[in-house]
Amino acid sequence: MAAALTGGRKAAPSELALWSLAGAVVFLGSWQLVTASGLVSPRQLPGPLAVLGAAWTMTLQPYAGSTLQTHLFYSLQRYGFGFGLAVLVGVPLGLVMGRFRLVDDIVAPVFESLRFVAPLAWVPFAALWFGTGIGGPVMVIFTGALPPCVINAYRGAKLVEPRLIEAAQTLGASEFRIIREVLLPGALPSIVAGLRVSAGLGWQSLIGAELIVAAAGIGYAMTQAQLTIAPSIVIACMLAIGVIGYLIDIALRGAERAVRRRWGQA
Amino acid sequence: MLHRRIPAISRRFAVGTLTLLALLGLWYILTTLTGAVGPGRFPSPAQFGAAFTQIAIQGYGGAPLLVQALHSLKLVVMGFAVAVAIGVPLGLAMGWSTRFEAFANPIFLVLRPIPPLAWIPLAIVWLGLGDTAKILVIFFAAFVPAVINTWTGVRNIDPTLVAAARVHGASSRHLFTDVVLPGAMPMIFTGLRLSLQASWTTLVAAELVGAFFGLGRVLNLAYQDIYPAMIAVAMMAVGILGAATTRLLAELETRMTPWRQP
Repeated sequence: MAAALTGGRKAAPSELALWSLAGAVVFLGSWQLVTASGLVSPRQLPGPLAVLGAAWTMTLQPYAGSTLQTHLFYSLQRYGFGFGLAVLVGVPLGLVMGRFRLVDDIVAPVFESLRFVAPLAWVPFAALWFGTGIGGPVMVIFTGALPPCVINAYRGAKLVEPRLIEAAQTLGASEFRIIREVLLPGALPSIVAGLRVSAGLGWQSLIGAELIVAAAGIGYAMTQAQLTIAPSIVIACMLAIGVIGYLIDIALRGAERAVRRRWGQA
Repeated sequence: MLHRRIPAISRRFAVGTLTLLALLGLWYILTTLTGAVGPGRFPSPAQFGAAFTQIAIQGYGGAPLLVQALHSLKLVVMGFAVAVAIGVPLGLAMGWSTRFEAFANPIFLVLRPIPPLAWIPLAIVWLGLGDTAKILVIFFAAFVPAVINTWTGVRNIDPTLVAAARVHGASSRHLFTDVVLPGAMPMIFTGLRLSLQASWTTLVAAELVGAFFGLGRVLNLAYQDIYPAMIAVAMMAVGILGAATTRLLAELETRMTPWRQP
């Protein structure tokens, strides 16, 4: 189809690989060139090699209290708590909303009116209520990651064939069993797709929370580097954040594929 | 069918209204009647009202609410507009040509996983705490979803449509304006909606980190003053602006894709 669009001669995979290589070379090359030529001061934008060097040094020597890995460890710990909490609350809530109209009617307006408040706007209350150590950031991650969990579990539950639910009812299954054994497996593909979105939003909220209030973690390290005007460390942290976010996404994409294979549907 | 639907909708509306009223009642009982939730944690309705009048009339953080809100809105609109103006054509080009896609891909491989909020410290190093730094960060936030969704939109166009247009002798220009652009439009708008959301989140974060004006600045000051009522007022303002701009975009979408029935 791509060929139909480009119209002209179809590009061979090897030619496309060359274009990709050219793109990478132009991107990295112009970055290195601009910085090496002195056009941009290294206090503004360090070159790619300087960034790699800064990242390497950070893994060996502590910066802002810890090494890069320790900062990442603190961040991932908060992230695990916040994201886990969002899944544990959001998925059952979405399923129950999909099963009972009354719960749906009650929760939906509250959810709707809070939906447009940016998750980062919760930072001041989160810090007031739960402190800036682990509780506050966890709450911010939770508010960021919750909506996709709820919405996708709800949509998935609505897509479950009503006849299956009726069959389970006829056979005398309790509501708890219907939700756990009919709705949950039926909604699983939709839920896992939601988790992927949710994981990304949660990771992003974590960074925001750490930039504003925290005394450790990768976001905190970035703030320190910004205050001391060390852009090579700032960019090294950005790349580390990107790599971790990418790995999280790959893991969930794998889970999504496994679930689709096991439980079918589109 | 219609007879059955109207009661369902009004029932939903009734339950929704009752829920919100019950929450307001609960709020009053917890904060004012019993004092179970102290004023240092969450404001009472009276404190909320007082904070609202204070910022609406005298101002807080250097300016009244309207000025702060308009300032934030202006930055979001500017960053978003620049991101869309560059991102949508770029996405179209990436969808149109596999060669260009291959060329641009490595750059996106690096840029895409970096959360927009992570650009904030770099923007401050480069441009300080002023408005340009905010616009740059909002640009990064809105740019990636705009490009990726436009690109996906072009890629997902039914190949039969493209082939049919070709068979009927459509030129590349006509293929683009009459098949590709309208075909990708729904996905483009999906991207714009995500971009807009990301813009608001990023702006609030950027203003919380450091700013001279804006709703995030109000949030930050209120936090430092331990003034929960003002935090709640600023959050409400952020929510209303976010909802209003999303509504506006949805309106634009129905105008620009008249062939799709809602």
